[in-house]
Amino acid sequence: MVKIEAIVRPGVLEDIKEGLSKHGVHGMTVSQVMGCGLQKGRKEVYRGTEYSINLLPKVKVEIVLADKDADGVVEVIIKAARTGEIGDGKIFITKIDNVVRIRTGEKGDAAV
Amino acid sequence: MKNRLGVVTLFALIMIFIFPMFAWAAEEGIDTGDTAWIIISTALVFLMVPGIALFYGGMVRQKNVLNTMMMSFICLGVITIQWVIYGYSLAFGSDIGKFIGDLSYFALNGVGLEPSGTIPHQLFMVFQMMFAILTPALITGAIVERMRFPAYLLFLVLWATLVYDPICHWVWGGGWLMELGALDFAGGTVVHISSGVSALVAALVLGKRKGYGTERLVPHNIPYVVIGAALLWFGWFGFNSGSALAANGLAASVFVNTQVATGAAVMSWVLAEWLRHGKPTMLGAASGAIAGLVAITPACGFVTPMGSLVIGLVAGALCYFAVSYVKVKMGYDDALDVFGIHGVGGIWGALATGLFSVAEGAEGLFYGNATQLGIQVISVGATIVLACVATFVILKLVGAITTLRVDDEAEAMGLDVNEHSEKAYSV
Repeated sequence: MVKIEAIVRPGVLEDIKEGLSKHGVHGMTVSQVMGCGLQKGRKEVYRGTEYSINLLPKVKVEIVLADKDADGVVEVIIKAARTGEIGDGKIFITKIDNVVRIRTGEKGDAAV
Repeated sequence: MKNRLGVVTLFALIMIFIFPMFAWAAEEGIDTGDTAWIIISTALVFLMVPGIALFYGGMVRQKNVLNTMMMSFICLGVITIQWVIYGYSLAFGSDIGKFIGDLSYFALNGVGLEPSGTIPHQLFMVFQMMFAILTPALITGAIVERMRFPAYLLFLVLWATLVYDPICHWVWGGGWLMELGALDFAGGTVVHISSGVSALVAALVLGKRKGYGTERLVPHNIPYVVIGAALLWFGWFGFNSGSALAANGLAASVFVNTQVATGAAVMSWVLAEWLRHGKPTMLGAASGAIAGLVAITPACGFVTPMGSLVIGLVAGALCYFAVSYVKVKMGYDDALDVFGIHGVGGIWGALATGLFSVAEGAEGLFYGNATQLGIQVISVGATIVLACVATFVILKLVGAITTLRVDDEAEAMGLDVNEHSEKAYSV
């Protein structure tokens, strides 16, 4: 099994959800995060004093699924999240040792 | 027993006949229209105190919002008591050497419903009380996020007694500046220069907040600031127009001048920052409003609407320059820009009164009378000197009695939890 962590622009979340739903993936965890990378920050001004903000708001989508489904899901996310500009985000894919469904106690692929 | 009852009845009957005569005598010379307007104005000025609590509360970080609001709000308690016991007497009691009032009105002794002008004396007293409450509340913007509350309370009482009451007497209570002919319609020197300059001294004595210049010390709730500015602007109509002490044409012209100058200052502050940073800000518009209100305060009863327009336009840009450039260059941590807005705006307003005044016999420089500008300079200078020296001495004195500043850990944790054991937002 793998975990897909996609850090994306806040505005593309609905497109990702719609794409994943069409692809048959309904389970995910979404959180609001702050981050910085290649994208330049912005400035805020309070009474004439400028503050540069380099941490920008992003959305993190986490999905765990069987190895064979990973590539398809990554394609769906890229399609929804790509604008071509700096700041589109990144996708991290990691191996998962095991998964347990709390309600039934099922383990492994059966639990995702 | 029966005999005593008879005496009491007789006494009561006599009083019923005599008392209305006294009451009627007290009403003579009192104008009901004037009285009604000053009662309303008093309530309007009162509203400025919660207004300043919101204005300042929104500008601090969320861990200090309650302490910041409390420092303004507590003035409603402390100064109310100080004023009725002896503050009013020091400011408006019989003059001693043109410097201070005596204690003839101690505990409001002799302050009854007899006419003071055309309104009851007690009404004049309570109208002035609201000014005395608001003025030290203005100072708190410079000392927020780091001053211990007990030390602040001690400072508050001493400052009201040693700075506000004397300056109030000088300008309005028959003191030497009044005699000299200094023009201060509603409190440019008494309220704004005194609080603004004292705020700068207090900020310097207390020192900078931790993280000043490195951390983001930015407002946690600008909508609060907007509500506060709106309440201040609204209340200021009572502050300025009520200072006519009558419901007449002068009060109406003051109302117009107040609105014109404030609108102009909003525009000039916003335009100045738009030119410099590329965006107009809400905080800037709210700050510009206060700068305009401050600047027109001493002038509002003596100038024309077009004079007010110029005073406001200069005030907005000048105060913006003071907070965004001068403060940064000088490096003092006047946290919420009390000096930059009330000090600088107040000094400009007091001098502008000497430029734009059309008051008969006290015309300003632009109307051919240079003397008035000289008098205004003297009143500004005297207020600055007293406020600087007295505030410095008071803070040294308070500092000798108790610790002025919270320790580093308390400052990092926030003053709400450390000074008051409560949090503004519990979720």
